[in-house]
Amino acid sequence: MRVAAMARAVICALALVACADRALAQKAAIPRMSGGKPDLSGIWQALSEADWNLEPHSATQGPLETLGAIGAVAPGIGVVDGGKIPYLASALAQRDANRAKRRTEDPEAKCFMPGVPRATYLPYPFQIVQSDTGVMIVYQFAGAVRTIAMKTHAEAPVDSWMGFSNGHWEGDTLVVEVTGLNANWLDRSGNYASEARRVTERYTLMDADHIRYEATIDDSSVFSRPWTLRMPLYRRVEPGARLMDFRCVEFAEELMYGDLRKPGTGKSDGSAGK
Amino acid sequence: MMLKRARSCLRFAATSLLLLAVATLIGAAEPYKAPRTSWGDPLIEGVYTNNTNVPFERSANLGDKAFYTEQEYAARKNAPAVVETTTNPTDVHYQTADFDLDPEQNPMVRNLRTSILTQPANGRMPPLRADAQRRSDAARAAQQAHAFDSAQNRPLQERCLLWAHEGPPLRPVGYNTLVQLAQTRGYVVLMTEMIHDARVIPLAKSRPDFGGLKRWQGNSWGHWEGDTLVIETTGFSDRVTPRGSGVPMGPEGKVIEKITRTGPKSIRYEFIVSDPSLWDVPWGGEFPMELTDQPLFEYACHEGNYGLPNTLRGVRKEEQTRQQKAR
Repeated sequence: MRVAAMARAVICALALVACADRALAQKAAIPRMSGGKPDLSGIWQALSEADWNLEPHSATQGPLETLGAIGAVAPGIGVVDGGKIPYLASALAQRDANRAKRRTEDPEAKCFMPGVPRATYLPYPFQIVQSDTGVMIVYQFAGAVRTIAMKTHAEAPVDSWMGFSNGHWEGDTLVVEVTGLNANWLDRSGNYASEARRVTERYTLMDADHIRYEATIDDSSVFSRPWTLRMPLYRRVEPGARLMDFRCVEFAEELMYGDLRKPGTGKSDGSAGK
Repeated sequence: MMLKRARSCLRFAATSLLLLAVATLIGAAEPYKAPRTSWGDPLIEGVYTNNTNVPFERSANLGDKAFYTEQEYAARKNAPAVVETTTNPTDVHYQTADFDLDPEQNPMVRNLRTSILTQPANGRMPPLRADAQRRSDAARAAQQAHAFDSAQNRPLQERCLLWAHEGPPLRPVGYNTLVQLAQTRGYVVLMTEMIHDARVIPLAKSRPDFGGLKRWQGNSWGHWEGDTLVIETTGFSDRVTPRGSGVPMGPEGKVIEKITRTGPKSIRYEFIVSDPSLWDVPWGGEFPMELTDQPLFEYACHEGNYGLPNTLRGVRKEEQTRQQKAR
């Protein structure tokens, strides 16, 4: 009997040690700067269908049916807390109007800078460059880039596509307040926010290769309350991973300026791959 | 005995003073020692300006005169940022005062040089090789024959695809002159305010494998040689033509850039360009950049590009008007 009790005690002790070891290992697995803050540097990418539609959605025909299944809207479970974006009634009508003309009016189709938070969940990688004093994020799409001010916070001096970012640490979470954003779409389904929005992003390393990303959007001119989207970001771990050239302007020119082409000079049916 | 000791003391004092003077001179000549990042690299990050009125190419009448005197510099230091002479007919520099960017509002970086180009010694671009010049002339003629047919026929800069001053090699430009350097372990980012292109440069001991792919700004990689960041770039897109050439680089085309912190608020940027398919000799130069506390604004070129469609719209209208008159 005494032997059995001792065995139980030893097993419990071993289990506790194992748990503690795992906790320590998890903490140690997060890369850190020399000052102790998490090091978010690396090439990251969202793996979700959020850019098709932030809300839960089934697969549907895409904006250009001549592309066949390649252009279909891939189904997604959604990334919005509670599922639905809390639009004001008038704003919801604008969202639907956007959706109706998404093929030509989505700023992504025009290769406009995607703003925040859309830049994070476009289906392309971005690179976080974290130094001792600051953070820069370079996005592959449209050459978008932004610097997060960590030391000297200031109000946005002017509106811009990627906004003005002030960052601070709350424990191991990088919190970024983004203001001064131009009005922009949030996905390919016409969801949008106005230039009045304030976006609060939270970046938390879950382990060495995953970031928990959250963005809360506060825009009383479009939404009835602030709302939050969240998703994991994945480190691009393959050897040689790097941001590639995606100067998408050249792929938007026929869409945007094709009507100004000299008559009879080609590129009339948009089928560049034929 | 006393006199001998006094002489000895004087000799010692004189020798000490001489050694002190030599040490001071040596100290003055020592290069600036840059502070370090937490991982040990020389610290170069920050927002810099390269605003200057020093022309890229030197005026022919200055010959091999590489520097102005202090008096000459003082006389021209507030001159507008324009290029007096250039071999590149598309090289546009503005009278910055037209944009309320007079030198008082937009200070220039002190630079006594008479040209950004320092190599060849006359500070002027070497001529293209004869075969390259023939290809250049043919390409230019073909472009001009269809210059306004479509957006795709317009220059890269007008389409907001790539501005010539972004390089590599980087060149000072008449306005929006800010350059941001960012550093992290293993990478340096060089971002030009105009047009927000961030070149992410991996640091490595040897050239990484870029998979044979070409890029608009080439494939760059860097390494530290002492306190100098050396960046090598090859593999430029065929649609990019080096300054004034009108034709793309050949397979051996290469740009070497060197960035060295020279003081608490300054860096030196050097570059050398070589391509045996275009020039018989390399060309290169240097210019200083200074840290600035000016805000770096987002230069949303494409998003605000009204000029390109309006240009095409105007040409189409002219064509319609000509056709109507001809009827």
